[in-house]
Amino acid sequence: MNTLFKIIKYSFYDTLRSWWALFYGLFFLIITTTLLYFSGDFNKALVSLLNLVLLLVPLISTVFGVMYSYNSREFTELLLAQPLKRSHLFLGQYLGLTLSLVLSLSLGLGAAFLLHAGSVAESVQLGMLILCGSLLTAIFTGIAFLVSILFEDRIKGFGIAILVWLFSAVIYDGLFLAFLVLFNDYPLEKATIGIALFNPIDLSRIMILLRLETAALLGYTGAVFNKFFGTVPGMLFSFSALLLWVFIPLLVFLKKVQRKDF
Amino acid sequence: MIEIKSLAKSFGKLPVLKEITMQLEAGKIYAFLGPNGSGKTTLIKSILGLTLPDAGEIIIDNENIKNNWRYKSRIGYMPQIARFPENLTMLELFRMTKDIRKTTANEEDYIAYFNLEESRDKALKNLSGGTKQKVNAILALMFNPGILIFDEPSVGLDPVSHLRLKDLMRQERDKGKTILLTTHILSEVEELADEVIFLLEGKIYFKGTVKKLVESQQEPNLERAIARLLLRTEKKTKSNTRKQHEYLI
Repeated sequence: MNTLFKIIKYSFYDTLRSWWALFYGLFFLIITTTLLYFSGDFNKALVSLLNLVLLLVPLISTVFGVMYSYNSREFTELLLAQPLKRSHLFLGQYLGLTLSLVLSLSLGLGAAFLLHAGSVAESVQLGMLILCGSLLTAIFTGIAFLVSILFEDRIKGFGIAILVWLFSAVIYDGLFLAFLVLFNDYPLEKATIGIALFNPIDLSRIMILLRLETAALLGYTGAVFNKFFGTVPGMLFSFSALLLWVFIPLLVFLKKVQRKDF
Repeated sequence: MIEIKSLAKSFGKLPVLKEITMQLEAGKIYAFLGPNGSGKTTLIKSILGLTLPDAGEIIIDNENIKNNWRYKSRIGYMPQIARFPENLTMLELFRMTKDIRKTTANEEDYIAYFNLEESRDKALKNLSGGTKQKVNAILALMFNPGILIFDEPSVGLDPVSHLRLKDLMRQERDKGKTILLTTHILSEVEELADEVIFLLEGKIYFKGTVKKLVESQQEPNLERAIARLLLRTEKKTKSNTRKQHEYLI
């Protein structure tokens, strides 16, 4: 077996065995079960769940990513002294952590859905939500790893990673609204699409709401996406943009790590 | 054998290693001494490929280590701080490194040697600092590499384990291995080192046997010789900074 897979395997086991990963999965299991049980309407529950996933998954991935990266620094040094490629080591750690977080999330959401005994159509919707959650996990874990390698000081790195999350999850919406109000008199559609590309959380929201076709919840960016691209191309477009969000930070991280002194 | 040619490294504007050139032969224990910040760790990390030098080259068994990672299968490294993935057990950790190295290892012998049988299946986070340090030592030794690097190996070890580790170092040297050791414990140096390399401000200030070092400083023992060396260099740096200061005024 390739060294990359070995590193993935071991960091996957290591994370999965910690209580955190279990709590993370259990949390989503309980919340999803509760929402499905009490709302009665699957679509309503899904929208509430979506908001939760959009807020919490990036936060947890950021926190986990930064903690993992800083905490394993000494062990990483030990592994760097072993005969293996740097890129394999760091890519392996990233994939191991991302996979175990994705697994916890999917198991939590999936188990709740099985308990609820949802229909096939509903399972597709839920699948979309899991896909979004997985992409967000991959994106924010990557950003967290990148931040932790750029800043030697742990407190600073942690703060900056949280700021990135805060910006994408909260501040961005406010700024965006301010932008819309300020430039009210101009045609804003293309600019809106351009700006939405810079926020993975907004992109995920658009992607999943386009699928749900709950137009009222799309918000301004979603409505523009819908009008500009139509449902399916809009989804494909946001999906590709999200993939870029996964790969760009990851590639920058892998490049930085090649030249870093430990 | 390790050959280092004109090795230089700076962190930002701060030069840490300046034109280091030396040869480290097989079958000897080399002790690296020097005050904090003298470049010992950076030198060792450069040999391990953890730190990438700005200039110069390192050649291990006739193989340049630049952009090369395979040579590391010939090195065993025991770092100063022992930190492992918390949720793996000791045996899993050994299995993982064996998996990565793809070579056979005799970890069982060392587990018995350091009395670690009971800790086999415990999660690494539950092991004491000294036990972790022993695990670290086993990781370095178990693949039977030709070069062994110990960074402050005595930290956290109980006296018996420390003694055993020192015995091992001697045995491995007698098998013809190159052993690099950094330490602040001078008795360890006196006991073990075939040669002392005294680094100061990124340069080799002295390289030779303990006896030669003591004689060169005209002192009765190693401790005093090192102290004198440090005092003298301290004065020198002070007078240098004073001169610079006066020059500026």
